[in-house]
Amino acid sequence: MDFLNAAAAFANFVLVPGFSYGSQLALGALGVTLVYAVLRFANFAHGDTMAFGGMTAVFGTWWLQSRGIDLGPLPTTLIALPFSIVATIGLVLLVDRLIYRHYRRVKAPLVTFVIVSFGVMLVVNGLVRLIIGPDQQRFADGERFIVSAREFKSLTGLQEGLAFKTTQGITIVAAVVLMAMLFWFLNRTRTGKSMRAYSDNEDLALLSGINPEKVVALCWIIAGGLTAVAGVLYGLDKIFKPFTYFQLLLPIFAAAVVGGMGNPIGAVAGGYLVAFSEIGITYAFKKVVNHLLPQAWEAQGLLQLLSTEYKFAVSFVMLVIVLLLRPTGLFRGRAF
Amino acid sequence: MKRIVTAFAALFGLATGAQAQDEVKLGVLLGFTGPIESLTPQMAWGAEYAAREATESGAFMGGSSVAVVRGDSTCIDSAVATAAAERLVTSDKVSGIVGADCSGVTGAVLQNVARPNGIVMISPSATSPALSTAEDDGLFFRTAPSDARQGQVMSSILMDRGVETVALTYTNNDYGKGLADSFAAAFAEDGGTVTVSLSHEDGKGDYSAEVGALASAGGDALVVAGYIDQGGLGVIQASLDAGAFETFVLPDGMIGPSIIENIGGDLEGSFGQMPGSDSMAGMVLVDAAAADGIDGTTIYVAESYDAAALIILAMQAAGSHMSEDYKSKIFDVANAPGEPILPGELGKALEILAAGGEVDYVGASDVELIGSGEAAGKFQEVEVANGEFVTIGYR
Repeated sequence: MDFLNAAAAFANFVLVPGFSYGSQLALGALGVTLVYAVLRFANFAHGDTMAFGGMTAVFGTWWLQSRGIDLGPLPTTLIALPFSIVATIGLVLLVDRLIYRHYRRVKAPLVTFVIVSFGVMLVVNGLVRLIIGPDQQRFADGERFIVSAREFKSLTGLQEGLAFKTTQGITIVAAVVLMAMLFWFLNRTRTGKSMRAYSDNEDLALLSGINPEKVVALCWIIAGGLTAVAGVLYGLDKIFKPFTYFQLLLPIFAAAVVGGMGNPIGAVAGGYLVAFSEIGITYAFKKVVNHLLPQAWEAQGLLQLLSTEYKFAVSFVMLVIVLLLRPTGLFRGRAF
Repeated sequence: MKRIVTAFAALFGLATGAQAQDEVKLGVLLGFTGPIESLTPQMAWGAEYAAREATESGAFMGGSSVAVVRGDSTCIDSAVATAAAERLVTSDKVSGIVGADCSGVTGAVLQNVARPNGIVMISPSATSPALSTAEDDGLFFRTAPSDARQGQVMSSILMDRGVETVALTYTNNDYGKGLADSFAAAFAEDGGTVTVSLSHEDGKGDYSAEVGALASAGGDALVVAGYIDQGGLGVIQASLDAGAFETFVLPDGMIGPSIIENIGGDLEGSFGQMPGSDSMAGMVLVDAAAADGIDGTTIYVAESYDAAALIILAMQAAGSHMSEDYKSKIFDVANAPGEPILPGELGKALEILAAGGEVDYVGASDVELIGSGEAAGKFQEVEVANGEFVTIGYR
């Protein structure tokens, strides 16, 4: 029986990665859900817009590094982040002006918007790979760890290490701050309320004098900002590679749908739920269980529910189950 | 009209008649288009250089010449490779094939073209262990070592270092799976324990889930049979981040300067092996290549030269360019006993064979055929020390 070691192993491989991955998914899902709430279509271009945000941050970081500017223990990218947010917002506003606005004017059916967003996804995907190339790029610098596994071991004398990366810390803090700001904006400010009103009932909102183009632009600005932050944080914490953002689309959509499409609280809850399910179901609990059980009962197998190859299948299955049993999601969003 | 037809017939007859007498054709089937197209021109040069050397010596089968015909294997498309090989054999009438290059197309060409037509083929670069046991009617050889051999070498390196339990992860393709399986088998035979053998997909952003499972299984070191710029790198980075493993065992696909650049100091003390020989014979070939404006330092150039040289010497030993006759001579010329033959000495070897003597072809890649006809393969054991790969020794 060794509760502390079991807890450390569990925290190291499930809790900490789950929280940082969940924060990244939640930020992504918030962007998807906002666009869905206001514009009423599922934006397939979201993943690749994240890649665009990540790319601008990579270039910004490289430029800053070449100037010899850094943040000491923190990654230089944090200085480049505002630039990346502005660039990404510029991209989504440009796309809206050039493409989506036309389809709003001709009152195209919603499925057209979904297909159009698919086209935008392909173009942005190609654009990113054209500019920065398909290879992975490293741009993280500064202190790598808040607590490294080795430090943790010597600090506590435990057998199991617990690593907490700087990027994980930044991800979680940034996600919490952004979410708090977003909810404050939506619930407490007049503009936020007008957005929610527009989302709830478009005709009624128009009658009460809300300017629809303004709401749409605002929605893209907020979604674009969230997209950029999510893309940069994911690249910073894992690695920047254009194609991985496309793969991220599935868990992000799963998070948004599980929580309830169009419902911001649902997107956050869905993000963490999907992240912990993916990690928890594919984690091999052998070590944790063996620390808890007496030696005679030691487990020989890996105690793994599903092999790690099927990590993405977990979000897919969650998506299917929710759509079958509760299409509005856990927090009663719109039926998808 | 009649006259023209007769003239053509006469010409054609002359041409083929002339060929049968003093020109032997050798097919070079490599992926001139496809994922390894940057390597194949140099490899083809290697084979063509051996042919030129034999021709110029004037000692090959009483003054015959060796002509080379190229075919494109594409490296990945078995149907195209098979068609190209079929053309070499039936229309160009080659007497032997140097190729193919990648393991998949090599297996396809062996079964669909070489065996039905009874043509010898020597691959300079196919390393899949599955080819060792493929039905080949004694026609298939390779101057590259099988990954099964690398698995044994890796296992003995670990045993010598006293590492007896390892976790194993491999990239999910023929190369990774073949190497992982052969290593696991060799390691179990040597008395070691593989706690888990887990595949990883290349091109993902996050390998922490894989590392979590590997860490749970535990082990003194982590064997990473992957690619240096792909999943292999991601797995090592995630392992170090989570404090899961500190020592990594790196096979050929994981060794290069970029991994040290990317990982940094935490890689100190990790070790591995890659094909490599301490013989200086290869330099002769590199110099000859430079004279032709070719970069002879790229991978498998020496093996290609050796593959062509083995076919030429075996033909000489058998006194025939028919595969049926010379296929049994390949082992004889490649291995001891006999006079050791280095690159650039093909003329000497041909004369010895013509006089009824024996040769032990060493060539540019230290050729020693074992088993069903594959290179024993020399491996270079390396370790990361002070930020670079340091050679420990050769096995």
